[in-house]
Amino acid sequence: MEFDTIAAISTPLGEGAIAIVRLSGDEAIQIADKIFKGVGGKRLKDVPSHTIHYGHIIDPSSGQTVEEVMVTVMRAPKTFTREDVVEINCHGGLVSVNRVLQLVLTNGARLAEPGEFTKRAFLNGRIDLSQAEAVMDLIRAKTDRAMNVALSQMEGRLSKLIRGLRQAILETLAHVEVNIDYPEYDDVEEMTHNMLIEKALYVRDEINKLLQTSQQGKILREGLATAIIGRPNVGKSSLLNSLAHENKAIVTDIPGTTRDVIEEYVNVRGVPLKLIDTAGIRETEDIVERIGVERSREVLKKADLILLVLNYSEELTPEDEQLFEAVKDMDVIVIVNKTDLPQKIDMERVRELAGNWPIVTTSLLEEKGIDELEEAISSLFFTGAVEANDLTYVSNSRHIALLHQAKQAVEEAISGIEAGVPIDIVQIDLTRTWELLGEIIGDTVHESLIDQLFSQFCLGK
Amino acid sequence: MGYDAGSYDVIVVGAGHAGCEAGLAAARIGAKTLMITLNLDMIAFMPCNPSIGGPAKGIVVREIDALGGEMGKNIDKTYIQMRMLNTGKGPAVRALRAQADKFLYQHEMKKTLENQENLTLVQGKVERLIVEDGVCKGVITHTGAHYYAKTVVITTGTFLRGEIIIGDIKYSSGPNNQQPSIKLSEHLEELGFELVRFKTGTPPRVNSRSIDYSKTEIQPGDDVPRAFSYETTEFITDQLPCWLTYTTEETHRIIDENLHLSPMYSGMIKGTGPRYCPSIEDKIVRFHDKPRHQIFLEPEGRNTEEVYVQGLSTSLPEHIQRKILATIPGLEKAEMMRAGYAIEYDAVVPTQLWPTLETKIVKNLYTAGQINGTSGYEEAAGQGIIAGINAARKALGKEELILSRSDAYIGVLIDDLVTKGTNEPYRLLTSRAEYRLLLRHDNADLRLTEIGYKIGLISEERYQKFLAKKEAIEKEKKRLVSYIIKPTAQVQEVIRNAGGSELKDGIRAADLLKRPEMTYEHIKMLAPADVEIPPDVAEQVEIQIKYEGYIEKSLQQVERLKKMENKKIPEDIDYDAITGLATEARQKLKQVRPLSVAQASRISGVNPADISILLVYLEQGRIARVSNE
Repeated sequence: MEFDTIAAISTPLGEGAIAIVRLSGDEAIQIADKIFKGVGGKRLKDVPSHTIHYGHIIDPSSGQTVEEVMVTVMRAPKTFTREDVVEINCHGGLVSVNRVLQLVLTNGARLAEPGEFTKRAFLNGRIDLSQAEAVMDLIRAKTDRAMNVALSQMEGRLSKLIRGLRQAILETLAHVEVNIDYPEYDDVEEMTHNMLIEKALYVRDEINKLLQTSQQGKILREGLATAIIGRPNVGKSSLLNSLAHENKAIVTDIPGTTRDVIEEYVNVRGVPLKLIDTAGIRETEDIVERIGVERSREVLKKADLILLVLNYSEELTPEDEQLFEAVKDMDVIVIVNKTDLPQKIDMERVRELAGNWPIVTTSLLEEKGIDELEEAISSLFFTGAVEANDLTYVSNSRHIALLHQAKQAVEEAISGIEAGVPIDIVQIDLTRTWELLGEIIGDTVHESLIDQLFSQFCLGK
Repeated sequence: MGYDAGSYDVIVVGAGHAGCEAGLAAARIGAKTLMITLNLDMIAFMPCNPSIGGPAKGIVVREIDALGGEMGKNIDKTYIQMRMLNTGKGPAVRALRAQADKFLYQHEMKKTLENQENLTLVQGKVERLIVEDGVCKGVITHTGAHYYAKTVVITTGTFLRGEIIIGDIKYSSGPNNQQPSIKLSEHLEELGFELVRFKTGTPPRVNSRSIDYSKTEIQPGDDVPRAFSYETTEFITDQLPCWLTYTTEETHRIIDENLHLSPMYSGMIKGTGPRYCPSIEDKIVRFHDKPRHQIFLEPEGRNTEEVYVQGLSTSLPEHIQRKILATIPGLEKAEMMRAGYAIEYDAVVPTQLWPTLETKIVKNLYTAGQINGTSGYEEAAGQGIIAGINAARKALGKEELILSRSDAYIGVLIDDLVTKGTNEPYRLLTSRAEYRLLLRHDNADLRLTEIGYKIGLISEERYQKFLAKKEAIEKEKKRLVSYIIKPTAQVQEVIRNAGGSELKDGIRAADLLKRPEMTYEHIKMLAPADVEIPPDVAEQVEIQIKYEGYIEKSLQQVERLKKMENKKIPEDIDYDAITGLATEARQKLKQVRPLSVAQASRISGVNPADISILLVYLEQGRIARVSNE
């Protein structure tokens, strides 16, 4: 296959102490050699495969040293992409890493597109279809600026929530500590198993709530699984095309993949939609028609959002009513399309069936009502779901992992209390919970327990 | 002026709780040791509470004993009351506390020092150190005596530029009106040491004959014989009680009205006081809602009527102190024998020390005890024995000893001091130890006797006894793991009586012991041993089996930490050469100069990203060295 050499910073920007610039392609080693100065004049083209080398990145145009690095050379085919791969390990810090990347690019590499390394691996037969999801994971939801703002607001709320939770644990810990370190003080109430389990259960419940929201957080990363449903000829394809217009669609066109697996992504005002079974829509026009209402329920189960399309110019049919019934417990936006034609539909009945769901009337043909639809989608996501339940999104997978660990720790504390383990030993698990929550917001200073101890209680000789 | 007063391996300046342990450890290891103190009558003096031990601190005393130190033995010979604290809680936080006969305590310690082989005890005031090319070679006293040594340990407590404050009266003094050490403090500054000003305080003492004990509650000692030292075999049975009373609304009113006379609030005291032992005026200001505060009346000894009024630490003027005492039930007619006072003193910023307690600025010079910013006799003694061991071992050309945070509270204490420093007098608390389930009162010998023996502070006889105990524990644990208890009527009855649910099937004795309601006593009945199991062995067996899961978890954490501890940082590392370190992290690392990556990660202001960078740098250095070879 003909491939040029691609390069990108393959570690998350701004996170982590080490950043890696990765090159893949036939010229990867050659390009790296142009800017790498190894110990004792060593050339990367001469080194064995899968070895790591210490040296400096030099700007060949000026001779200036740019960065101190470790360079890994991996030759095809035993690499991630099955091409020659060079990884330049730089110190963290955006500036120096970017300079290294710039040098690589000016010396012959092309900036990789998001997910392109994985794509190449995929195309070179390195990963199979079941791993294709990882491709999508890497591509992720393309977020625009507004999205980032929304995210950071949520992060702020998350950290506030966790701080509150940690403070509750800290006060409990301080209370236990006071009992231990000042046993003779009779004016501090002795912490009992009953008091402790109450706190521990509270903490567990709060962590559970946060974890539940992580589902929504996942949506931010992976896209809101969205199904377009409706009878034949109501305009589902037109709707898909409208949503996907102006290059907003992130269509994966990787050859050899079935369209069942790789879905289409569109970005609606910062909300990433993953359109489910678009192939079905395109090929047979109707998923319900194709697989039947019963089976379509299974498919619909995967959806986070349903776009139910009705025909303005036709009367409601029993099929329509069935569709309403099929999605009754889900988040739905009802779209009444074809307002360019004379009305035959009973809007009163539609409103009745829709209940609290938003209803948008459109004429996709005349491009009318699309703004309203986009508005409905984004408000459902940002204000509706978010504000109404006062939820805070946990979207970062590191945070989710830490929350799971914290939950495990507090559950161990609870089972310890139930088993009658002494409080000062149960407290080990509670402290661990506190520390894990602290890691989420980057605060694990142990000293704060002692501060709490002396501000909460009056002690001394 | 001046004369050569002789040469030693180790000189210890000061004979308080740190100095005594340092001097004894050095001499017992085999170093020719000199101890110099301002006043031979003040050896091992307790200027504050006449008490030793308590949570965390009591465990330190046990650790000192397991290393071959003296504090435990000395208090075992001189206590007036001994109690086990936190008996209702888990094994990790139990601790002994003794009320001391403070005069007897001093006399016993002095006798021990006087009779110690290799140890010379003299009175004198050290004013300067002999330092050549950054290496300490001895000390000079105010009388011009030049004592030379390979290593020097300074344990001058609160004497450095000490100042006593009562009301608006302030005068230069060490604790209890002893002469302060002013020139030595100035000399340390000359040598480049950064000093901080700390403050502590003490309450008034009253005459026991003037106390109406009928208005107080009695606090007796335990009626079971207890001891700190693993070597103590004789127990004091004739114990004296302490007494509990409370402040009243009237007390609080008087304090409120006279707050302006307190040097703490008038701005006269500038030193930082410890939060954990605030003065009574501090307590009333900070916790204004509390209607009353506890006051413990503690006898200072058997041959004195002086009583320590614990809880009433103050620096208010003497006449206000008298008024305050009169408001407390039982103390209405109390005769105040000594007034409470605050004391300010200089301490060495402890991040200037290596974890061996040797100073970074002057080689072969060690500091230990309150001079390092700690508070408490036990904290002082714990540092003292380590400084003594290391000063002696360095003088004798041996490798120095560093206890880790998972070895001992002493390890936690020293690591905290040299890694984080302290901005108030540092007190050990159980919460400072992340592995406190491993650092128990009951297993100090199992943790540290081996080390004490290797160093030469534990006798062969004691060591053999220790090994026998260890073996007995393992044997009994093994036995209980393999012993199956069958659900006989007798077994079911024992379990029922203990409040447990009956057995459905046979069960391993060890598993039955894990049930919260079961104790070793029960198991002994159900699974009788062929040999007599001594109580200290039974205790270990019970704790080790009962809390096996938690202990295992702690041990795993320790293992993870060990990996980072084993990543050593070369002493000559150039932090300026590491690109990418945050500015604050770089400054802190340059100041603390941690010996391992684990220690570096504990420095506040050094975040995980900095640690990663450091790891990469160290790894690069290692690879670069290998590829250069």
